[in-house]
Amino acid sequence: MILNEVAALQQIGFPILTILTFLPIVGAVVLWLFQEDEDLIRKSALAVAGLELFISVLLMWEFIPNSAQIQFAERAAWIPAIGVGYHLGVDGINVLFIPLTAFLTFLIMVYSWDTERNLLKPYLMALLGLEGTMVGVFASLDLILFFFFWELMLVPSYFLIKLWGTGPNRQYAALKYVLYTLTGSVLMLVGIVLLNLNYHAAALASRTEPLYSFDFIDLLNVPVPPEKQALIFFLMFFGFAFKAPVFPFHTWLPTALVEGPIVMSVILAGVKLGTFGFIRFTIPLLPEASKDWLWLMAGLGLMAIIYGALIALVQTDFRRLLAYSSISHLGFVMLGLFALNFQGLQGSLLQMINLGFSTAGLFFLVGFLYQRTGSAELSAYGGLARHVPLLATFMLVLGLASVGLPGTNGFVGEFLILLGAFRAHWALAAVGVLGVILGAAYFLWYYERAFFGPVTHEPKRPLYDLRPREWGIAVALCVMVLWIGLYPAPFLNMINGSVQALADRVQQGSVMQAVDNYTRPPQARQDAPLPVGKHP
Amino acid sequence: MFDLIVTLIPVFPLLAVLANGLNVMLGHRYSHEIAHRLAWGSVLLSFLCSVWVLGQTLGHPEPRTVVAYRWFFGADLTVNLSFLIDPLTCIMLLVVTGVGFLIHVYSVGYMHGEEGFTRFFAYMNLFMVSMLLLVMGSNYVVLFIGWEGVGLCSYLLIGYYYDRVSAAKAATKAFVVNRIGDAGFLLAIFLVFANFGTLEYTEIFARAGQLDSAAAFSIAICLLIGAVGKSAQLPLHTWLPDAMEGPTPVSALIHAATMVTAGVYMVVRNHAIYDLAPDALLIVGVVGGVTALFAATIGLVQTDIKRVLAYSTVSQLGFMFLACGVGAYVAAIFHLVTHAFFKALLFLSAGSVIHALSGEQDIRRMGGLWSKIPKTHGVFLVGTAAIAGFPFLSGWWSKDEILGHAFVHGHYVLWALGATAAFCTAFYMSRLLYVTFYGESRVAHEVEHHIHESPNVMVYPLLVLAFLSVVGGLIGVIPGGLENGWFHQFLQPVVRSAGAGGEAAHEEGHLLVYILMAVTTLIGVAGWFTAHYFYKLKPEQPDLLMNRMKGAYTLILNKYWVDEAYDKAFVEPGKAVGRSFDKADTAGIDRVVVAVEQVTDLSAAGSTWVEKHVIYGGLNVTGYANHLAARVLRRLQSGLVHHYAAILVAGLVVLVNLIVLFLWLGGAS
Repeated sequence: MILNEVAALQQIGFPILTILTFLPIVGAVVLWLFQEDEDLIRKSALAVAGLELFISVLLMWEFIPNSAQIQFAERAAWIPAIGVGYHLGVDGINVLFIPLTAFLTFLIMVYSWDTERNLLKPYLMALLGLEGTMVGVFASLDLILFFFFWELMLVPSYFLIKLWGTGPNRQYAALKYVLYTLTGSVLMLVGIVLLNLNYHAAALASRTEPLYSFDFIDLLNVPVPPEKQALIFFLMFFGFAFKAPVFPFHTWLPTALVEGPIVMSVILAGVKLGTFGFIRFTIPLLPEASKDWLWLMAGLGLMAIIYGALIALVQTDFRRLLAYSSISHLGFVMLGLFALNFQGLQGSLLQMINLGFSTAGLFFLVGFLYQRTGSAELSAYGGLARHVPLLATFMLVLGLASVGLPGTNGFVGEFLILLGAFRAHWALAAVGVLGVILGAAYFLWYYERAFFGPVTHEPKRPLYDLRPREWGIAVALCVMVLWIGLYPAPFLNMINGSVQALADRVQQGSVMQAVDNYTRPPQARQDAPLPVGKHP
Repeated sequence: MFDLIVTLIPVFPLLAVLANGLNVMLGHRYSHEIAHRLAWGSVLLSFLCSVWVLGQTLGHPEPRTVVAYRWFFGADLTVNLSFLIDPLTCIMLLVVTGVGFLIHVYSVGYMHGEEGFTRFFAYMNLFMVSMLLLVMGSNYVVLFIGWEGVGLCSYLLIGYYYDRVSAAKAATKAFVVNRIGDAGFLLAIFLVFANFGTLEYTEIFARAGQLDSAAAFSIAICLLIGAVGKSAQLPLHTWLPDAMEGPTPVSALIHAATMVTAGVYMVVRNHAIYDLAPDALLIVGVVGGVTALFAATIGLVQTDIKRVLAYSTVSQLGFMFLACGVGAYVAAIFHLVTHAFFKALLFLSAGSVIHALSGEQDIRRMGGLWSKIPKTHGVFLVGTAAIAGFPFLSGWWSKDEILGHAFVHGHYVLWALGATAAFCTAFYMSRLLYVTFYGESRVAHEVEHHIHESPNVMVYPLLVLAFLSVVGGLIGVIPGGLENGWFHQFLQPVVRSAGAGGEAAHEEGHLLVYILMAVTTLIGVAGWFTAHYFYKLKPEQPDLLMNRMKGAYTLILNKYWVDEAYDKAFVEPGKAVGRSFDKADTAGIDRVVVAVEQVTDLSAAGSTWVEKHVIYGGLNVTGYANHLAARVLRRLQSGLVHHYAAILVAGLVVLVNLIVLFLWLGGAS
């Protein structure tokens, strides 16, 4: 099981990942340049998102399951002087994130059809731009390319929160979000550079080519000395932890989720970029440091689970509640990731996808409520099940999925995470299951007060139940929730190969090259001259 | 063929759920008639399949596994959605589908004209699916789907009248308290997997012997936490009495006959592990014994007809746990079966009373009903006699077997707990009977006119259950006599465990057994007579006694203030901690971020300068890209954007600087 690559041209005949990355961006530019009619703009944006979704499904369809190899790989030189390359590819770790992003963006386009009227063109452009950069983040296998998309993503996010936010403090929320992420990513960048320097030293010593590289595969081949790993680990940790966000760096999330537009809440809650960073780069590149800091990381996860859930318990604003429940769920993901065994990694990876349907779905439903009542405050609700029974039903289904009821996707994820945590140390699971209890408590208590009970507020306008577009969104989400909950086999087959390779890598460590089959052996350079002026 | 029919058992109700559920969501495309026919019809089909499966199993009692599909998997873990058919499963299947069918039929009458009729039946069928998965699962995870599934349905059905605040609260409470147990159960699953590397029963029980006693103890205790939650035993019993907010058929099916017995089923299913952990088993027995008495005392003074029955259920479940605790697994299942008959009967006839009295549940506003609703009275009398331990009725056989087993095996304290509870049971059930049906009518005037016997669709299921309550106990004694009846023979392969020398105790002679039988019978009669004395001969006595023992009366009337204590000890502190965290979180944000914001204003000015001089200078490729990006942003919204775009670009500026730095470092090395 050597981590070799299958080129995109070989596998599918066209550079599918480049298309997936740049189609929305090009779509945004086309919107900007050529279209003025609002209806046409809407339709074109939806068409681009639909095409993107179609291609991403094709990506899953053509993906070779139960394999650890990098598929649909594309390589091109970008800045060869310093080892920056254009390298895209998917394996089990990132393959599901791309369709998820496309799926959510498509639903967002449907959602926005009649809900957003203000500055429609830039709004849709920002959404498409965001989609493209997120896909870029997921598909990148070069750390600078990754970083490039990572930063670029901030631009549309920032404007979406700032210009289309629903809360009065949206300016503040947008700035806070950007500041947090930027601070983290600067530190992460230093970590990336240190990785490159380490590679460079090793390349010089073993006379391998190229001399500089930010390429994930190249970096995997060069073990980082354990004493340096901790430093790099924490530099990268800050980048991902601020983004995820991991407790205690989470405080931007509630503000952004509450003040920003619903669509941004869906993205922030549904597309788990920060924790993706851990499983994509941190753990494979720095397995020793990951193991050394297992207790700290898992401990942060546990604290997030309990802390987030307890705060969620007392919220009266549903969006704030969901924000803290997101923090709690991310705690589960961290717990599973740093259990560092197969089930933990598998569960966390699956759970990141799951949350894209359940928590993000709940934000859509809050959006529907918001359309009707103009508020997410409990004081505006009470006995809603009487007025909007369908909305109440879907809310319960998605809520139970986020609570991890068996039969929904949340169960499979949480079960695997907790099993993984248990196998790392029983105490981790013993504390983790408290989150299972608290999760049910905060969700159902809110649900009871908002949806059950007598109708406390006669609405000014009669509340209408779900309309066809909303129906479509809710049904699509529930189908995914139940599909992964009842028959996750296709998805597990896609991720298992890479998860196994990652678990092996962590177990064997990066230093023991001889038994390390996660990477291909570095190519020794036989007779190339040493670079001029670099050595005495 | 076998596999297909086994698989169909849960599939029939599932199809009915889908049909009725979609019908509700799509705005009632078909009538209530079709809805209820689908509902009970599917359960009837499941019942028939179950009977067929029983027939197959009589010939082959060895366990058979039916795999539906591979659910989730990876590395050394594979979890199948699969079923295990053995005698224990067959018994549970028959109880669940049989009693379930009768209650579905009854519900057609009881729920007639309700607004949420179809929704009700969809929930009921979903419950059937979950309960069937629970008893049929061949591994812990399938059991757990059912385990949490029945919790969900219980939630939905308790909250069926969702616009009643009390119902909504009770529903949440039921689910959350159940979840506490579920958390323990999850840990048990992990422990099992850590010890055996598989989650399939047959493999685990075959290798149970290799478990060391510490591991066996911890698994057994974690399982017990789960069982205690689901079966409403101390200290997690508080949700069950509140669960009476649901419609009465729900109380009969879920909160009496089936779901709450899941804990007992689970303990018996795992007896191989419990046998290895005698300490854990003792704890099971003590929990059961104490709960049996505890709940029975509360039952003495309750005035809501359904709440009396609810505490009675908690108490009877305590008997079953007691039975498990003394190793009388078959007796536990036997009592589970007979209890399903007579408790379903009691709840349904209580429902019939409530139905007759237009929704009245307070027994202080009943009385003298026997002549007005004679059929209901008749079956209620049978149910009371059965639960109180009237000789030769079903409850007498099973309860006696439990107490006898406890005594014969030297668990005298547990026996005493059980015997006292049995006395209380006979007393409060007789009290319920007297106050409800005899004496003078205290029914409110406007209700009095509408008193009517229930329709046949409700009465027939009652008659069937009454019949079963009378003769149901015979399966335990025919043909082989005490402890050698068909039931015991059939279940023997399941509960037989290596090294458990239970059989030897039987040799102590039948005399003791008969004496114990007589004692139990006398206890029952004494309980009845006390009630007769208080409520027939000297009706003024209860009030006198109440005044004399004011303290004790208040204590049990308030259910020992357990709910209040939990509120004070867990719920309120939990919320208080949440609130203080919330405050800290918000306060923390503001202080830190305002500070950072001020710094940013400075750096924004700085980065604008950098942007001008470094990036726009067109130093390198990255810079050029940034340049383009900045221009694009300008066009978007020129004036306003500029300042912020500068901040965003700051990150890339840092990147550029670092790369320059790095190149310089590289050159120097």
